[in-house]
Amino acid sequence: MNAVSASNVSKIYMQGDVKVTALNKVSLEVAPGEFVALAGPSGSGKTTLLNLIGGLDEPDGGKISVNGKDFANMSSGDLAELRLSQIGFVFQSYNLIPVFTAEENVEYILQLQGEGKAERKKKARAMLDDVGLEGKYDRKPAQLSGGQQQRVAVARALVSNPTLILADEPTANLDSVTGESLLRTMREMNQKHGVTFIFSTHDSMVMNAAKRLVSMKDGAIVDDKVK
Amino acid sequence: MGDLKLAWRNIWRHTRRSILTMMAIGFASLLLVFMLSFQFGSYEGMIDASVRLSTGHLQVQAQGYHDKPEMRKVVKNPRKVMDALSRTPGVEACTARCQTFVLASSEDRTRGVMIMGVDPETESRVLKTSSLIRQGEYLSSDDPNTVIIGALLAERLKIGLGEELTILGQARDGSIAATVMTVRGIFKSGIDEVDRSTVQMLLTDFDQLFGMDGAVHAVVAVVHKLTEVGEIKNTVMQDDALKGLAVLDWMELSPGLKQSIQMDLVSGIIMYVILIIVVAFSIMNTFLMAVFERTREFGVMMAIGVKPLRLVKIILMESMFMTGLGLLFGMILGALLTQYFAGAGISMGGAADLMAQYGISGRMYPRLSLITLFSGPILIGVVTFFTALLPALRIPRLKPANAMKAV
Repeated sequence: MNAVSASNVSKIYMQGDVKVTALNKVSLEVAPGEFVALAGPSGSGKTTLLNLIGGLDEPDGGKISVNGKDFANMSSGDLAELRLSQIGFVFQSYNLIPVFTAEENVEYILQLQGEGKAERKKKARAMLDDVGLEGKYDRKPAQLSGGQQQRVAVARALVSNPTLILADEPTANLDSVTGESLLRTMREMNQKHGVTFIFSTHDSMVMNAAKRLVSMKDGAIVDDKVK
Repeated sequence: MGDLKLAWRNIWRHTRRSILTMMAIGFASLLLVFMLSFQFGSYEGMIDASVRLSTGHLQVQAQGYHDKPEMRKVVKNPRKVMDALSRTPGVEACTARCQTFVLASSEDRTRGVMIMGVDPETESRVLKTSSLIRQGEYLSSDDPNTVIIGALLAERLKIGLGEELTILGQARDGSIAATVMTVRGIFKSGIDEVDRSTVQMLLTDFDQLFGMDGAVHAVVAVVHKLTEVGEIKNTVMQDDALKGLAVLDWMELSPGLKQSIQMDLVSGIIMYVILIIVVAFSIMNTFLMAVFERTREFGVMMAIGVKPLRLVKIILMESMFMTGLGLLFGMILGALLTQYFAGAGISMGGAADLMAQYGISGRMYPRLSLITLFSGPILIGVVTFFTALLPALRIPRLKPANAMKAV
């Protein structure tokens, strides 16, 4: 069973009265444990494809399934449940909950999963340690650097033991050293836990780190290479 | 716990805005507690003034007398009834009274009047008529064959102190009752209807003149606390001494007073509803802002697996925290303010002297009760809950991907 299966997926947006085809009958299969980069210029459809794979948006045509679960007949609540249990997100601009500390941001996901207080605290700290944020548990997002915030976001995405992580330009707002370090962390997680990663990026460093590079242009996949 | 913590901290993201909203809720709550207490206190003052001028809080009468007052419908043994009332906890004082309609004539003119037979000793403990005398003196057991009359009636009959008033009526047995009495005092209650048509005489004189044979038309009682009238009425009705008699409370005796209070209450409620609507808009503004400016955040939270209804719950928790704090603040201040004025009273200004002349206190005393303390704030709580619910219900309609694009 594929981790992700997208078949003839289309997405059309309206910009005023003009129809913009963001995705045009895109098909993509991703096996469990893959480390995939979706590359391409702005407007090529990378983020749209990631959003559709994550159930954050509905396609106008085609079918999507994650771990064999078809999105077609799922409600917004079912999709939220699926994301909570199987999909982790890392966003370009971190998107942490500003009123929570680093630890609380990570812990909150475990709470949503119904984990007990002591256990979730232990797991949250262990995950923050794993991403190199020992001792920064009580800092709020505003008290952390961009790189540190993105690490918290990665910890948040990984703590629920998802099978799939979707990362939308995770290094775009980071300097090269921080970006490289973050990428290394994610690669370790991929190898250590067998988590499937799909990135959207136009950062060459990320493209080089990927084990499979899917190139997109004008809403279509133009190349798909396994390294 | 995480949702509660999140909701609590979200309130303090915009401290000034949250405090202003809480203050609006608190101020409305304070106003409602105080105004309702003031309104209820003023009703008590009105009721007290009214019952002590005429009806008393409770009356024991013969069955059917209130609906159709007839001379022969009497309380045969008033002493027994007064004893029963006197031993009932909460009853302050009681008195017996007779009344009928007669023709009253001066030298020049004749008028139809209500003549009442009262016992001056017990009557003055129950009602305030003795304090309303403007000329002469109140009735005295030592001075029989005298009457006091209303000021307007004295004017119409062109009669003054020491002059004679001829009374002509029908006795209890149907025979003619006629006598001549001397005017001992002139009173002014401030109620034209009373001042124009009321004459009082000694109960003993009334008994003799109308052949009452010791019977009376009503035993009138006042109680210590207005709120206990219903309870006392129920207790009194169980007493064997009152078997076969009717016990009426002030609302049955003065339906007009009850209606005027109800009308005033309705106009007050309209004002309060307007106040609550203003507060509701303030709350709605706050939560519309909260939902609009946090649309992106809601998108992210949905992306990480928070169900839309859980977000609605968080927003409602924020609303309830703010409302709860505002209400608590308003209720505490409202209660303190009310308690202060419940002791000190609020002067009615220029009307105070006028009111004092009629035995009504020139100061109004707000009265704090569970109803005045909780009814307004609970209503605000319910309204703000639904006001916050409207913007919160936008959240389930959001698509995470679109929400995350919001600025």
